[in-house]
Amino acid sequence: MLTIDNVHKTFFAGTVNERRALAGVSLTLGEGDFLTVIGSNGAGKSTILNTISGTLIPDTGTVRVDDHDVTRLPEHKRARYLSRVFQDPMKGSSPTMTVEQNMAIALQRGKSRGLAPGLSGGRRELFREKLASLELGLENRLGAKVGLLSGGQRQALSLLMATFSEPRILLLDEHTAALDPQRADLVSRLTAEIVAEQRLTTVMVTHNMEQALRLGNRLIMMHEGRILFELDAEQKRSMTVPGLLEQFRRLQPGSGQEAFDDATLFETVKTDTGGAEDGR
Amino acid sequence: MALGVYLTFRVLDFPDLTVDQSFTTGAATTAMIILGGGSPWLATAAGFVTGALAGLITGLLHTKAHINGLLAGILTMTALYSINLRVMDGKANLSLLREDTIFTPLAEAGVQGTWLGIGLFLLGAAVVKVLLDWFLYTDAGLAMQATGDNPDMIRSFGVNTDHQKMLGLCLSNGLVGLAGSLVAQYQGFADIGMGIGLIVVGLASVILGQGLFGSRTVVISTLAVILGSIVYRLVITVALQAGLNPSDMKLISAVLVILALVVPQLQFFRRRREKHQASEAARLVDELTDTPATEKAGA
Repeated sequence: MLTIDNVHKTFFAGTVNERRALAGVSLTLGEGDFLTVIGSNGAGKSTILNTISGTLIPDTGTVRVDDHDVTRLPEHKRARYLSRVFQDPMKGSSPTMTVEQNMAIALQRGKSRGLAPGLSGGRRELFREKLASLELGLENRLGAKVGLLSGGQRQALSLLMATFSEPRILLLDEHTAALDPQRADLVSRLTAEIVAEQRLTTVMVTHNMEQALRLGNRLIMMHEGRILFELDAEQKRSMTVPGLLEQFRRLQPGSGQEAFDDATLFETVKTDTGGAEDGR
Repeated sequence: MALGVYLTFRVLDFPDLTVDQSFTTGAATTAMIILGGGSPWLATAAGFVTGALAGLITGLLHTKAHINGLLAGILTMTALYSINLRVMDGKANLSLLREDTIFTPLAEAGVQGTWLGIGLFLLGAAVVKVLLDWFLYTDAGLAMQATGDNPDMIRSFGVNTDHQKMLGLCLSNGLVGLAGSLVAQYQGFADIGMGIGLIVVGLASVILGQGLFGSRTVVISTLAVILGSIVYRLVITVALQAGLNPSDMKLISAVLVILALVVPQLQFFRRRREKHQASEAARLVDELTDTPATEKAGA
């Protein structure tokens, strides 16, 4: 399905700012796998996602989708196999165009775009049906400009646009991070529903460990451009947020808490899961 | 011409200065073909094609050579000045007065300059408008609109934004070349300087039109642009009758564009627009939450 083999990527090579973003990452995803990727800032989470999507070309190593080597394929040509949802809700849709026009663009993902009308009765019917599944009332607002929607609505729309044309692989780049907790929950729930329903092979990068445990059937923790440890479905089910942190500390002796540059986030995660800790 | 400028400036969000000379390129090509005894219709089509080629060059410079869009336009424009002179056989002015043009049948029928004549011109503009509207609503056209609006998003859906920009620049400059061709045939000559400052005229039409008549949808936008170009001409005529010199026209054009850009920022207009947007957003929220607006007003 998706195979990443020994991928290396170094930014600003040969300068004082040299930074090894990926130092030999290998990963294989089977059909229908839902992988969540966690790690501190600069661990290489986004780099690995950008390598899959084609925004970045790795220095060495290969990326394959099914039997196709896509390592050096430009971003727009990979769209045939994969689609993505960005972190910024403003990035996933076109603000001056209407909801239905955005859907029409998404429908043609990776296909040639000819001179057929972008909108027809049949297509509108399809869009209405798909939008109704979001339960946000967007199916009645086909002609509204997307720029008028709220961040949560736009992100839900982006998610739908990325998935309803059934991509081989779905990439989610911290797609709930920019939303308020309520909206983040909504988009998170929609993600779980859509991925389960279509059995999409998915890679989700997230900062939120609780979300990483709740969604998906596999998990990797990255650190300094490497995969620190990996959990399969079984291990993931029984894992807790404190458990993840403990695992991290054990594998990174000495680096301790500072390795998580995001100390504040670390704290909130701890308080969020206070209940789980008490339970043990 | 204004529709061409609309396509690059508004749809693609690309400030294209090629227009200043691709207008002349279209005119020069047409003039040479007509003087060489070619069919005026063929000559008009050739005006479109050479204009489009000029746009393609700017597009290649911008996307393949990674030159800043403004600079790419200026470079093409500068180079085209020499090329246009070559096309025109080294002459700065070509007269078409005794030649057959596509307007000759009109003149012979005696309708040129009458209301019927004006009606026919409007009809021509309307045809181009409808064709452009149609194109922008096709799958290909939607991709072009999104390229100007959100390039990251449209790339992630498999569209090569470089190709879109080049196609847009071709179409835009093709339309401008076509306009040059028609103007040359209408006024009876092609002149090496006829395009200078035209980008501002085009912009004035686009900005005035959209300011006055709105830009909610593509259909409204293109109509607004055409009406804008008529309003622009009216303003110029009024300015001339008020005693200003024809040589002041470029100054007036520039001032007009500045006014059209600045006035909407003034307090009065800004407040009105914000109010409009707020009510629009409120309406959206109401419909989404299924709360009738009347009920809210009553509460």
